[in-house]
Amino acid sequence: MFKERTPRLHVPEPELRPGDEPDFSHVDIPLAGAVRRPDPGENPEEMRDLAFSIIRVLNRKGQAVGPWADTLSGGELLEGLRHMMTLRAYDTRMMTAQRQGKSSFYMQHLGEEAISCSFHKALRKGDMNFPTYRQAGLLIASGYPMVKMMCQVYSNDGDPVRGRQLPVFYSSKEHGFFSISGNLATQYVQAVGWAMAAAIKGERKLSAAWIGDGSTAESDFHGALVFASTYKPPVILNIVNNQWAISTFQGIARGGAGTFAARAHGFGLPALRVDGNDYLAVHAAAQWAVERARRDLGPTLIEYVTYRAGGHSTSDDPAAYRPKEEGNAWPLGDPILRLKAHLIHKGLWSEERHTQAEAEIMDAVTAAQKEAEAIGTLHSGNRPSPRDMFEDVYAEMPPHLVRQRHEVGY
Amino acid sequence: MARMTMIEAIRDAHAVAMGKDPDVVVMGEDVGYFGGVFRCTADLQKTFGVERCFDTPISELGIIGTAVGMAAYGLKPCVEIQFADYMYPAYDQIVSEAARLRYRSAGEFTCPMVVRMPTGGGIFGAQTHSQSPEALFTHVAGLKTVVPSNPQDTKGLLLASIADPDPVIFLEPKRLYNGPFDGHFDRPSKSWNKHDLGEVAPGYYEVPLGKANVVREGSAATLITYGTMVHVALAAVEESDVDVEVIDLRTLLPLDLETLVASVTKTGRCIVLHEATLTSGYGAEITSLIQAECFYSLEAPVLRVAGWDTPYPHAQEWDYFPGPARVKRAITTVMEA
Repeated sequence: MFKERTPRLHVPEPELRPGDEPDFSHVDIPLAGAVRRPDPGENPEEMRDLAFSIIRVLNRKGQAVGPWADTLSGGELLEGLRHMMTLRAYDTRMMTAQRQGKSSFYMQHLGEEAISCSFHKALRKGDMNFPTYRQAGLLIASGYPMVKMMCQVYSNDGDPVRGRQLPVFYSSKEHGFFSISGNLATQYVQAVGWAMAAAIKGERKLSAAWIGDGSTAESDFHGALVFASTYKPPVILNIVNNQWAISTFQGIARGGAGTFAARAHGFGLPALRVDGNDYLAVHAAAQWAVERARRDLGPTLIEYVTYRAGGHSTSDDPAAYRPKEEGNAWPLGDPILRLKAHLIHKGLWSEERHTQAEAEIMDAVTAAQKEAEAIGTLHSGNRPSPRDMFEDVYAEMPPHLVRQRHEVGY
Repeated sequence: MARMTMIEAIRDAHAVAMGKDPDVVVMGEDVGYFGGVFRCTADLQKTFGVERCFDTPISELGIIGTAVGMAAYGLKPCVEIQFADYMYPAYDQIVSEAARLRYRSAGEFTCPMVVRMPTGGGIFGAQTHSQSPEALFTHVAGLKTVVPSNPQDTKGLLLASIADPDPVIFLEPKRLYNGPFDGHFDRPSKSWNKHDLGEVAPGYYEVPLGKANVVREGSAATLITYGTMVHVALAAVEESDVDVEVIDLRTLLPLDLETLVASVTKTGRCIVLHEATLTSGYGAEITSLIQAECFYSLEAPVLRVAGWDTPYPHAQEWDYFPGPARVKRAITTVMEA
């Protein structure tokens, strides 16, 4: 016998709301170096623990410690620092440009720079990312021209996608950056298909799928994991858990699951959970997953634990739904400051050089911005022609579109 | 020339395309070892191997989503959705992804894929195995929508669709799979064996997309239709003693407007016929275009004959289906106007 109870709807709530004192002291953050590194070929069933911890390399003293350390040279780390600083400077300029009315919209990466910048270092030419709107570090780290990025944000005549997409929805086949959709999660399952194609063609390429914590709730995520699990193509399934989906805290999408990484277990896929603000840890995890893909051992899921320090977009004000100081209290710190401290610790960097680099980078970004704005901004004219509006709907323009184009006068 | 059913013509088109181009791959629910619930992919796995023809999990969004990725990679996926009625979970991938990829990347990424779906009723499939969702595709910029009506066209249209650089929705009227069906459900079934259009040429040939076919020339009125309804229209015209021109659209988008306008300008009267529901159906588009292009030639209002605006019923299938009797009434009405 049991006592019957009327069901009650359980609606998860974040612990903190505006006005509350941010406190993450109860969050269990493992010490850097504490998580084991199994061989990538090990049976996924034997490494389930990795989905419930956090792989970290950089400790509080700026040292790189433990089995996941030492995947990058000093030169590569200096380059990585420069990529993250460039992305942050780029974001700063574009946020301001949006507020000045030069573009309609912008989305910044504040606090999440390490993930896309470092992940890119584990890839090689021919690999393909299927990014969301917060992985522009993939482009920066690949050497994509910043002027082109800005032209896309400004939707001017230099925009490679001809003014058709919202700002930050870049596309570059050459740089391994798949066209961004904006319908969340759709690209996740496409990345699996792309990797299946590589396997069907017998070509040594891999794809990387990207998704946020909130959109793992979409059925595209589930579909992607089913197909990845069935066909075992060379795909890396990345989840950027930045705690917030616009105003919705990650608990709404996660529900009763322990972690997002653990979602992989039901599909027999190995999963890593990584400190997303640790440039070295991100790279080590990515490299581990890349090795699995290159050895034809199948997909890997990686959850990057991070914090969206800024608003969701220029249309969002986080002060309306979370404590203002929450970002500063976030226990995993700032990815740029952490890598900077590490490089200083190694004797490869200094405060002076950092200050100088910041100025140099901002100069370069400002120069690029001038170049892009000389072509045009959203409202300053020199936009792509209305004629462009009708191109690329089909490879060959069908008669009804030709008629409509004529009606517009082109 | 071999006599084929529509199913055999589809299977043959696959085999020819896969033999010609190693990038053509076939996937879908039950399409691999078993060869599809309608047998349209029979033996393809045996002939071309499991990497070219394989079963998928029951996830339409997964099938279309992975096909988009494959097409972007450079393959030419030709996928089967088991019934058009099951397409809806994949609709976002079709509308927001497949259809727009070329546009949003300014031609850098493209999506050359074919999505085959059995469509239409007449098999007692009720509301989950009978729908005709073509208007949901013709409304989407970036898609092409094809509906064949006989084995000969089916093979040529499917080969043209596979060769096309853009996503093509290929709707197969399942009631026509095994024989022409003129809507006389109470008469014995006919077979493609005894039909001229059951003759299918061997090897590769295309029936171009965007070209309608005048299947019966006439002078008194124009009946515009596609798919199963082509045969219903022909039967109704034969039984009506009115000299009606019957046009099989074959491709709904791009539309061969020129052929339609030439015909209606000649006849001055027009009926649009489809099995799909009436309101906001594809017939509304044709009707609107005809009145705009042929207004001064029209002797009567353009009429539409279509499925009723209800879900597709089971027991009342033949009350729902726009059969020859309704088409004959429409011919009388349009002639009397």
